[in-house]
Order: sequence, then C-alpha cells, then structure tokens
Amino acid sequence: MNPAIKIEQVHKQFGALKALNGVDLTIEQGEFFALLGPNGAGKSTLINLLAGLSRPTSGKLSVMGYDVMAQYGQARHALGVVPQELVFDPFFNVREMLRFQAGYFGKGAENDAWIDEVIESLGLTDKAGTNMRRLSGGMKRRALIAQALVHKPPVIVLDEPTAGVDVELRHMLWEFIKRLNREGHTIILTTHYLEEAETLCSRVALLKQGEVIALDSTKNLLASMPGKKLRLKLAGVLPASLKEMLRQQEHYDYTLSLNAIHQLEYVLAELRNANVFVEDMQLIEPDLEDVFVDLMGRK
Amino acid sequence: MSLINQRFRGPWTLFKKEILRFWRVSFQTVAAPVMTVLLYLLIFSHVLGGRVEVYPGVPYTVFLIPGLIMMSVLQNAFANSSSSLIQSKVMGNIIFVLLTPLSYLEFFLAFLAASIVRGLAVGFSIYLVAICFIHLPVTHPLFILGFAVFGSGMLGAFGIIAGLWAEKFDQMAAFQNFVIMPLSFLSGVFYSIHSLPEFWQKVSHLNPFFYMIDGFRYGFFGQGDISPWFSLSVVLVSFIALSLITLGMLKAGYKLRG
Repeated sequence: MNPAIKIEQVHKQFGALKALNGVDLTIEQGEFFALLGPNGAGKSTLINLLAGLSRPTSGKLSVMGYDVMAQYGQARHALGVVPQELVFDPFFNVREMLRFQAGYFGKGAENDAWIDEVIESLGLTDKAGTNMRRLSGGMKRRALIAQALVHKPPVIVLDEPTAGVDVELRHMLWEFIKRLNREGHTIILTTHYLEEAETLCSRVALLKQGEVIALDSTKNLLASMPGKKLRLKLAGVLPASLKEMLRQQEHYDYTLSLNAIHQLEYVLAELRNANVFVEDMQLIEPDLEDVFVDLMGRK
Repeated sequence: MSLINQRFRGPWTLFKKEILRFWRVSFQTVAAPVMTVLLYLLIFSHVLGGRVEVYPGVPYTVFLIPGLIMMSVLQNAFANSSSSLIQSKVMGNIIFVLLTPLSYLEFFLAFLAASIVRGLAVGFSIYLVAICFIHLPVTHPLFILGFAVFGSGMLGAFGIIAGLWAEKFDQMAAFQNFVIMPLSFLSGVFYSIHSLPEFWQKVSHLNPFFYMIDGFRYGFFGQGDISPWFSLSVVLVSFIALSLITLGMLKAGYKLRG
C-alpha cells in the first residue's frame, strides 16, 4: 500500500533563504498527522509543495504514490487542501462555488448528492444559496473545508483550520475532521493550538527552520518529557533554594519544573523550612506544548 | 457519463464560471460598453457627420460603426481575462483553480474562450443597437466573424499575459491605459490611415490593432486600407505568437506557482 504522503529530501530555496532543508517524511494512509512548528518553520511551504502551488528546488513529493510534479493530475485528485487564509470568490454563492470546484475535478451532477451531504455535515444548509461575501468568518471557514472535500480526496490537508474560530465552531470542526478520519481519510493538520494536535493527532512532526527536528507518535513525544510541572499558590515568597526550578511566576503563583516525582518532597521540605504556607497545589503532566518548547529551545 | 465528457468537464467548468462571472455584472461588462459606443457615435456623427466621407458613398457615421464595434470587442476581450486573473490573484481565490488537475492548456483555453464570448457578446450587442438607427451593410460576413473571433482571441491571450504579470490593480490600469487604449485609438477607428501623413501611415502599420479594425471594416463595406487577407494573416500570426507566449508563461507557472 502506498503511503498517503511521501516526502524525500525536499529542499526549497527562495533566493538566499532556505525554507526547507532536506525534509524526509512519510505519512501512512489513515493517519491523523500534525505538522507543527513556529512561524517560518516551513509548514506552509511544505503544504504548498504538496498541493503543487509551489515547486521544490530539489527532492520528491508524492500523494498516494503519485508524484506531485510528473503525475500532478492524479496527485491533485487525491488531495484536498483547506487553505489558511479566508479566500473566496465574491461572484458566487456557496453551492455554486462547490459545484464549480467539483467540476474542475471532472465531477458533474452525479456529485450533487455528495455536495449536499458535505453542506449538511458542515452546517451550511441554511447558507447554501448565500453569496460568499455575506458569510461570517466562521461560515467562510466551513465553506473552505467543504470546497476541499467536494472531489472526495483520500488525503486532506488542513492548514490552521481553527485559526480565529470560536470555541463552539472549533469543537464542531474537530468532530467533523475526526469523522473524516474514522471514514478512512488521511488527515494532515497544521495548527498553533498544540492542545488540538495533542487531542486529535496520533503522530506529530516538529519543524524548525526548514528541518524536521522530531517525528514520533504523540504518546512517545509526551513520554520523552520525564518530569512534571508543579503549580503552587504560596502565602509568601518562593525560597531562593527553589529558584532554579522556577518556570513561571505571577505574583505568588509559581510553576516549578520537576525532573522526577521525588523532587516534590524536597520542594515541600524547603517550603516548610522557609515557613512559607502552601495555599494551593497542582501537579501537571507535561503536554505537547512542553515538548514543543523543550525541543525548539534545545535544537 | 462518457470518459470524453469527463475529460473536458474541468476546462468546461472553468469556462462556464468565467462566463457567469462577467454575466453577473452584465451592466458593467456588456451594457456599459454599448452605452459608450452610442455616445461616441452621437458626438462624432454630430460633429463630423456630413463633413467627412472616408470611403466613397459611405457616410462618416456608418464608417465609424464597425471600427467602434471592433474596438469594443478587443477592449472587452482583454478586460475579461485580465480582470478575472488580477482579481483572483489579489483576492487569493486563484488557489481554487491552482489546486485542481486542470492543465495549463485547459486553463488557457477556458480563459481564452470566455474572453472571445465576452468580446463577441459586446460586439453583437452594439451591432444590434446600431442597426436600429443606421443601415449598416454586411458584405463579407465571414471576414467579420473571422476578425472578431481571432481579434478577441488575440486580446484574450494578451489579457492573460497582463493578468499574470500584474500584481496590483494599479499595474493593470497602467496596462489598460498606456497600452490597450493608445493602440486601439490610433488604429484607424475614427479615420482611414490614408488621411495621415506618410510617416504616421507607416507607424500605423506597426500597430496590430490597425489590421483587426481594417479587416473587420472590410467585412462590412467591401473596402479597406489594405488587403483583408494580409490583415487576417497579421492577426493570425499575432494571435498564435501571443498564445504561445501565454502558454509558456502558464506552463512555467509565472507568478502563479512559486
């Protein structure tokens, strides 16, 4: 079985800037994959290369086994891309736009039932006849997702799909994307909400300055952070002996980093010795954000 | 659905979308050019009608009409592809087409065909309005059709080039005002180039718009400044050359695919 996405030694240069520097990545069919990294890490460049919006300086990319350059027709049939920007065609309504998009992929009236299904699933039924200009930002986002799905692609790339979206819509989109994944679609997600990647994605690639600096399952990445965080609300000032462990401070709220759980005893002993009372305490498991911050700082 | 139909459904959809795009704003894209031409006719026929006779037996007002029709055909064919492309690029919705399996050739054909349709729609509308007031003879209808189709095709291709090159509306306006307008106004729409000094006659021969206007006018009156076959050859060669340049730019993804 061909992988959903295969990226081999891809370099992309814009003048002197190396946007991608030898990226290798394989995403299997059916995966829910997160592509993470700070701004300028190369996530969007990589998506553009996959979608054929940009051409690699060197290297190979394929979608469902089809080379994105040599077999662009088949590769683009296999790929649905939800762009990051809220772009739309102001001349048409939602249904017209979806029909046109399906038509570009060679699909006609026989595809209308699927278009209706997508419209309904995304809560766009009431807006199907509304001009794109008149839709709210959230509705435009839904329409963009619908547009990426009209030709039933097996691989779907969502570039920051929940950016600027309210909580309710974000959860609705999560559910919809999870359903697509359950139905067999491969999902590739870029997001700034790390909790989103942690909740949804089974595997994560971290990009930094055009290179993949971590590629593993979400579980393994989380397990790679052995320590825990200790959040304390104190009645006084944190003793100097604990300053080395301090991660964050806001008034008398402190977040300490514990390398191992037995350090908790040491912290409490130091507080007792300094006569500082603990008003509240919380032990927190590391999350993807910690992994992200750690890796970005380390490499 | 046969395979052939499916094969052509992509470019057909893009063509249909481009047609609908200008039809949705037909007051601006069709009715306005008709109105402009009527104003030209009204003013020029009032000022010069009866004083100037360019061809023997052809009143000036009648002489004007084919040139004005062709000028509008060309300007609107150019406007169709160029404005669609620049709008899509500036608004970012060009991505919807770029993400599809449409080839550069299909993209070209769809935009070109839509430009030709708009050019012909505007030209035919002006003709219909004009014949309500003025008797306009049609001597060689095939020449009329040939020049209208290839002329609008040529300007449609030119519009794609301009749309690809321009990155903002300002650049497109410059293209329109400093290239298309002078070439069309100095092409003999309002006069026969035989009325010009010899030097300017020679300069006019370097203007491809002159051949389109003169050949188109020949189709109506059976007389022109030069042979219609020569004009048609110039138009065809220009059309092919511009099409090849456009195809080359599209194939390279010029300002479309980074």
